[in-house]
Amino acid sequence: MSALLRHARYVLSGNPVTALAFGLFGLLLFAAIFGSAIAPYDPLATEAARALKPPSAAHWFGTDQLGRDIFSRVLVATRLDLTIAFASVILAFLLGALSGVAAGYFGGWTERIVGRIADTIMAFPLFVLAMGIVAALGNNVTNIVIATAIINYPLYVRVARAEANIRRDAGFVEAARLSGNGEARVLLGHILPNIMPIMMVQMSLTMGYAILNAAGLSFIGLGVKPPHPEWGIMVAEGANFIQSGEWWIALFPGATLMLAVFCFNLLGDGLRDIVDPRQRT
Amino acid sequence: MKRRHFLKSSTALTAAAGVTAPAIFSPLKAQSRQETLLVVAENTPNMMDIHGVGANRPAYEVSWNTHDRLMTYGVKKDSTGQDHYDYSKLEPELATDWNVTPTSATFKLRRDAKFHDGTPITAKDVKWSFDRAVTVGGFPTFQMRAGSLEKPEQFVVVDDHTFRVDFVRADKLSMPDLAVPVPVIMNSELAKKNATTADPWAMEWTKNNLAAGGAYKIERWQPGQEIVYVRNDDWKNGPMPKIRRVILRIIPSAGNRRALLERGDADISFDLPAKDFSDLKGSPKLNIVGTPVENAMQYIGMNVKQKPFDNVKVRQAIAYAVPYQQIQDAVMFGRAIPLYGGASNKAKGTNWPQVHGYKTDLARAKALLAEAGYPNGFETTLSFDLGLGAINEPLTLLLQQSLAQIGIKAEINKVPGANWRGELLKKSMPMITNTFGGWLNYAEYFFFWCYHGQNAVFNTMSYQNPAMDALIDKARFASGADYDAAVKGFVDMAFDEVPRIPIFQPLLNVAMQKNVTGYRYWFHRQLDYRQLAKT
Amino acid sequence: MLNLLLSRLATAIPSVLGVIVVTFLLTRLLPGDPAAYFAGLAATPQAVAEIRAKLGLDKSLPEQFLVYVQDLLSGNLGTSLTTGQPVTADILTRLPASAELTLLALFLAAAIAIPLGVLAAVKQGSWIDHLCRIVTTAGVSLPVFFTGLLFAYVFYYLLQIAPAPTGRLDAFLTPPPHRTGFYLIDSLLVRNTEAFWGALAQLALPAASMAIFSLAPLARMTRGSMLSVLGGDFIRTARASGLAPRTVIFTYAFRNAVLPVITVLGMVFSFLLGANVLVETVFAWPGIGLYAVNALLTSDYAPVQGFVLTMAVLYITLNLAIDLLYGLVDPRVRLDA
Repeated sequence: MSALLRHARYVLSGNPVTALAFGLFGLLLFAAIFGSAIAPYDPLATEAARALKPPSAAHWFGTDQLGRDIFSRVLVATRLDLTIAFASVILAFLLGALSGVAAGYFGGWTERIVGRIADTIMAFPLFVLAMGIVAALGNNVTNIVIATAIINYPLYVRVARAEANIRRDAGFVEAARLSGNGEARVLLGHILPNIMPIMMVQMSLTMGYAILNAAGLSFIGLGVKPPHPEWGIMVAEGANFIQSGEWWIALFPGATLMLAVFCFNLLGDGLRDIVDPRQRT
Repeated sequence: MKRRHFLKSSTALTAAAGVTAPAIFSPLKAQSRQETLLVVAENTPNMMDIHGVGANRPAYEVSWNTHDRLMTYGVKKDSTGQDHYDYSKLEPELATDWNVTPTSATFKLRRDAKFHDGTPITAKDVKWSFDRAVTVGGFPTFQMRAGSLEKPEQFVVVDDHTFRVDFVRADKLSMPDLAVPVPVIMNSELAKKNATTADPWAMEWTKNNLAAGGAYKIERWQPGQEIVYVRNDDWKNGPMPKIRRVILRIIPSAGNRRALLERGDADISFDLPAKDFSDLKGSPKLNIVGTPVENAMQYIGMNVKQKPFDNVKVRQAIAYAVPYQQIQDAVMFGRAIPLYGGASNKAKGTNWPQVHGYKTDLARAKALLAEAGYPNGFETTLSFDLGLGAINEPLTLLLQQSLAQIGIKAEINKVPGANWRGELLKKSMPMITNTFGGWLNYAEYFFFWCYHGQNAVFNTMSYQNPAMDALIDKARFASGADYDAAVKGFVDMAFDEVPRIPIFQPLLNVAMQKNVTGYRYWFHRQLDYRQLAKT
Repeated sequence: MLNLLLSRLATAIPSVLGVIVVTFLLTRLLPGDPAAYFAGLAATPQAVAEIRAKLGLDKSLPEQFLVYVQDLLSGNLGTSLTTGQPVTADILTRLPASAELTLLALFLAAAIAIPLGVLAAVKQGSWIDHLCRIVTTAGVSLPVFFTGLLFAYVFYYLLQIAPAPTGRLDAFLTPPPHRTGFYLIDSLLVRNTEAFWGALAQLALPAASMAIFSLAPLARMTRGSMLSVLGGDFIRTARASGLAPRTVIFTYAFRNAVLPVITVLGMVFSFLLGANVLVETVFAWPGIGLYAVNALLTSDYAPVQGFVLTMAVLYITLNLAIDLLYGLVDPRVRLDA
């Protein structure tokens, strides 16, 4: 473990970009946890008198059509956006890793069924499938999470299946089996932990995509219900005001969204370097 | 030398027309630009036939400009000096002259009028078209019935150029109803050629094909993208339109529509958010006209068949909690006519809509809620039509905030446009915001659809009150002082019982280039290309 | 070759079946009642029920599914409520617009990303390498709808160097006669340069917004694949035998590194098909993505169904084509199959 830490420090010192990503991640996490506590205004409070004000000392990011403080809304939205992304990634991981590992380990029918499901999902353009799922099930947070998890599922299956397949006949698995462990136990207790680092990389890489996906759904009107602040919806709302010169309504949530995705993408790369130096590209 | 000169002048021309930079210019383009009207709109017509099942509002515009009717309405100046259709004046279109008796109306038809394919227009085409409107069911039949035009036997061909409508009862709406967009005159021979036994009225064919003789023909039709109209140079049923070509482009994004107008690329559009109309009002390049939409309002409706809205005190409490001024400022940007904050809830006349006495007063709202037995408020759902989200969404957000302050937790429910009518039909939504407007500008017409105990789909509150029904029925057939008393009576009742809370009367806004002239407000709220010109 | 084609087709069939079932179920779950829509204003509940029976919506789900599959086999995807047209016709007229945009975006992305990736691999660890990583990662982090909005604002509204985002062609230009449906190609076929430049100008911004989004996977895969090839013995041999570095890189290394890039190209295409939906919304692009979003937002389910199905079939076909291409480029694959 300490070796891994040392390696991490080494990689970070050699790669300032990853260090930056870690910093950014800390900031996002902080906003997600304390966002509503430190927001200068109530993100829902409307006040027609201060509507559509450009950025100022009082309103750093300006105000929107209903006079809501955009900075507070962007800040508070962090929690919702990250929650959606985290939840969907974890769900995709649970479903994808378990079925993928089982497929890779047992082969045969299990592999065929899991593979078929993944193939069917992959046959859709992913964003379109997510749109369909949310539209059909109704637009709320749970369904956005489910839709995002489903479209990420094949990625996890692929990785988990390949990794499990490699390790199926590895020495430590053989040893575990010989010492009287049942199949399930070998699978969950030995193979799964062994591929965890690789799955972690996968998770941080798909986080960014999950955020983009949720924001995209919101943008076309299939997202979180009003009045809750969410980056994608805020960009969509602001889009109508860009041509009339109120650029700040869309710009700040859009830029924050971009920054968050950027952070997770860099983080994913960085993690991959740490976990799996061989694959470093 | 010549060539250089030519290049120079063509650049100057295009620059003057405000055409954007890297587009490739040709003199032809600049010239056609001058005779072409580019209309940008948000929604696409879904067919060419106003009788078609599910024809949408943009389809009315197509039908209006490509077909003729027997008569049309005259024109007057409104209070701001703008052209406004004149409800009191019926003018010739296909009919050159008519003679009305208590039992019938006889029309003389123009002798040299022809359909687009050159077939002369005769009385049998008129009869076929009207028979179709009263037979096919749905919207056209419903609209004809509003003028007591109910069955084919009423429509009589006297000779090729004489046509008679027999009345089934005395109805003041019969003649005006013959000039609304529904009773269009279609080329019956052409349509019949494309009819089938399963579809005797050729409803399928006319969805995508014109059997018409109106001022404009359709040159190109790309569903969902654009329609190109060309003028029918053989048109005889009115003054020859000035505009030779009309291009209707569907631009889904409001921001892009605004930019196109501001940059001078598009000539005219109805479909901008209130804010843009308000911003552009001062623009030196554009002309903005806002005309109050007759007999129309945006309102909050509460389902009186459901708790807690069955309690009049709760409804009044909500009427005191609506943030009227905030809606007027932040949602409508002042481009609406307030219907709140009057001196009292007593009717001020027989005009409709009119101002009621409620205003934002949260203390009063809270007191009323307590009296009604809901001191801590309640939970409910506030629904709206997503198709009109640009107004409905901020409006409901403001209302939601305001209701929260008196303890009412309202969840916002966005209903997709195509579902809205279905949801209204179910009459199960507890609280909605909606807009309604009637073509025919009478208070009792509005009330008949929106407050009468027959519980039509537009009575979105399911409000049923025999006393009100009696007054509405009385107003429909009364006149003079009786009429005034009846109208004032039901208006008072509507304000007192307040199942629907009027917020504002909308404006029909239009933005056009300064060189576009001749715009006229029509009750159907679609653009009539025939009067427009570019100078 | 034929064997390969057949075996690949066989594996595609279950996916197509899965897609048909999933699409059917999804659209039946969509909220909304076409019957109420068709019944129109002031409809009575009986009238709605009659129309529902006429549309076959009162049948059980399995029955409806059978009808749906039968319709599908005869190429009937139903009728759109919004445009009033048969969905098949709508999709056929709109598909070229989407395809032209997506392919141009893909071409743009490949034209930038592949050289960038090669360069980054050759100069591994240099500032070019780092820049490549940051730029591509930033690109993939940009929400494509946001990039689109930004572009339209900056290039059309502020700088006025792009044409108005009104669709495929300026309203005052006449589209070229329909041959392929691709305006760029059709206009060249009839030597209408005005229409060609007009169409290209309209394509530029949406294609660029999409291309930026797809730089990263392409550049990365090119770089990675190049790195592993460059480390190979045959490259060392080629270098040692005194071949010019340019020849080594392009003739020897790149040719061998191109396979994985092709695979990623296929993946990126699928991505772009999805992203299409958002870009078309922003740029009023009259393709099938915009068509589907509008339909989805109005619960007009026949177009949604048709769109998802078309996309899925398109995507499966594309993957098949890539597999075959793979076989052509690399004979070893053919042996494996």
